[in-house]
Amino acid sequence: MSAAPADWPLWEVFVRARRGLTHLHVGSVHAPDAELALHNARDLHTRRGEGASIWVVPAEHITATDPDDKDAYFDPALDKDFRHPGHFELPEGVEHL
Amino acid sequence: MTRFDSVLRLGDDALVAAQRMAHWCACAPQLEEDVALANIALDLLGQARALLTYAGGIEGAGRDEDRLAYQRDEREFTNALLVELPDADFAVAVVKLLFFATYQNLLYQRLATGADTTLAGIAGKAVKETKYHVEHATRWTLRLGDGTVESRRRAQAAVDGLWPFTHELFEPDPLAPVDPAGLREPWAALVRPVLTRATLVVPDDDWRPTGGRVGLHTEGFGYLLGEMQSVHRAHPGARW
Amino acid sequence: MEHTDLAAQRPPGSELLAEQVDAAERDLLAAARPQRRAVGQASFDALIDGEHKVEPTDWMPEGYRAGLIRQIAQHAHSEVVGMQPERNWITRAPSLRRKAILLAKVQDEAGHGLYLYSAAETLGVSREWMLDALHEGRQRYLSFINYPTLTWADVGALAWLTDGAAVVNQVTLCRSSYGPYARAMVRVCREESFHHRQGFDALRVLAAGTPAQRAMAQDAVDRWWYPALAMFGPPHNRSTHSDRSMAWKIKRFSNDELRQRFVDICVPQAEVLGVRLPDPALRWNAERGHHDFTEPDWDELRRVVAGHGPCNRQRMDHRRRVHEDGAWVREAATAYAAKHHGGPQHSTAHQGAPAARQGLPA
Repeated sequence: MSAAPADWPLWEVFVRARRGLTHLHVGSVHAPDAELALHNARDLHTRRGEGASIWVVPAEHITATDPDDKDAYFDPALDKDFRHPGHFELPEGVEHL
Repeated sequence: MTRFDSVLRLGDDALVAAQRMAHWCACAPQLEEDVALANIALDLLGQARALLTYAGGIEGAGRDEDRLAYQRDEREFTNALLVELPDADFAVAVVKLLFFATYQNLLYQRLATGADTTLAGIAGKAVKETKYHVEHATRWTLRLGDGTVESRRRAQAAVDGLWPFTHELFEPDPLAPVDPAGLREPWAALVRPVLTRATLVVPDDDWRPTGGRVGLHTEGFGYLLGEMQSVHRAHPGARW
Repeated sequence: MEHTDLAAQRPPGSELLAEQVDAAERDLLAAARPQRRAVGQASFDALIDGEHKVEPTDWMPEGYRAGLIRQIAQHAHSEVVGMQPERNWITRAPSLRRKAILLAKVQDEAGHGLYLYSAAETLGVSREWMLDALHEGRQRYLSFINYPTLTWADVGALAWLTDGAAVVNQVTLCRSSYGPYARAMVRVCREESFHHRQGFDALRVLAAGTPAQRAMAQDAVDRWWYPALAMFGPPHNRSTHSDRSMAWKIKRFSNDELRQRFVDICVPQAEVLGVRLPDPALRWNAERGHHDFTEPDWDELRRVVAGHGPCNRQRMDHRRRVHEDGAWVREAATAYAAKHHGGPQHSTAHQGAPAARQGLPA
């Protein structure tokens, strides 16, 4: 009993619900390899017809930002509101701009 | 061999296969596989319901899917022996699914373009389902055959035990919408390479058990039916 | 079509629960608004106080993490062990339509177990560790699962009452402060309402059926009512974990409040079904605006939780046997992956997984 093998690796699952939509992260599955990960993801995450396409990615291959670096990563973008069209005042009557 | 008989045997195959597969629910080697096998059982059950309903309609004697499933005895069931064999372990379930789903898929492909449009509709849906079943069974056959010493031993035992029963699937039936005899070659051309890749050996064709199509079943089949029909038969005429 | 006739027979009150799931999901999105920066305990407190969601790599008190692991694992185990009493009837379901519905339901429970194990894994524990804890008796599952399903009507009563109780409980967990748990629960609850409804539907047909079917339905309700009431846990003043879980917004309502809500929901549904709830003291109390009812036998609950219910040993033996019987299959797949895919990337991934999952819009 104690000889049970370690868990199969974790795969993150991304599902495209319909054509025209982007793949969204929906959860994860365990599987020993990519093929079975896709099968498992299909069986677990699209039982009610939720999917048109599935990606699986080994969880350990995802590189994520560190929450402690959140300020350094994301705050510098906060003061550049000129990147948003609402920053600019439009003269009365101007359209299609 | 009437049209009723030929649709009924398709329905019986699917029903009995579904009943065996449903036994795996909460018993699979991994939770993910519980979900996968239940999907397959649900597909098979859906095929059985459509086929039995259609058979009952052809017969025109007022028998619906439940009358046909629950109120016939062993001798009246016409499924192949292969699908009624018990799953001694996961290897038997996988190899049996490989053999059966490949057969079903080839048959449904041909029925899907056949003259009987109702049957073609049922088969068209089932082609997609059985394609997935074949893929699932193939992946697992490879993993069990080419996995560990223990898994190879079990997978080979499953192949040895089940292979003889595959012959019955292809017994000639010239009056059926698709004569299964013509499927043996394409079936072997699909199944043999999978077994070879899985390092498994095909046994000799020396024993060809048969009888299911005329209601001569294995002893264990009575228990399968007894279990399946017990509640329904205890309440004659009840609605569920 | 079966979908439409199930929809036509939804139990009174079920729309309300579905609306609450929708509202909780809207709150999940609303909770995503930016919050002030802080570190450690202060940042955690700010998240909780501001009704933000805590995410896997946020700092969190050890007790919060441990409490969540305990609760989510127990929930996952309940889904998985809870498959057993219902699978007991899949092969004997009295019509092919009921067989398909029941099989789909039990399959969903495996799926819910998987969603929940995943949510717990974001807290840095592996599924294998949780399963070991279950098999060794260090983690628990809901006590009602330790009662047997003796007739076909039990399938209906079990789903109507215990899934009904679960929905009442779980709808509130969609608002849990821990993001992955709240998100898993939104999915679970959406699917669970099918479970609840099919139970009601199966029972309704029996209760309107032959005398033998009616007797079977009433007998099943008689046996499942109190196990369902006990699902909300002991009264607040006896519960060991309640206060802290509520302060941390893992839990939102007391056991007693939820039990009362469940009783109030069930009474009109029982009337529609035409079954009697087995409590002579059950009556409307206009002053309180709630039904008075007899509490479950807490000593019995304690005995069942301690392992002395009718089926505790059977359930655990089954789980352990299935796990052991499956070991050779899992080993084979691992060995095959090692030969053909350069090996499974080994599962130290669990420690890395929470970090990797930060920022994923699960």
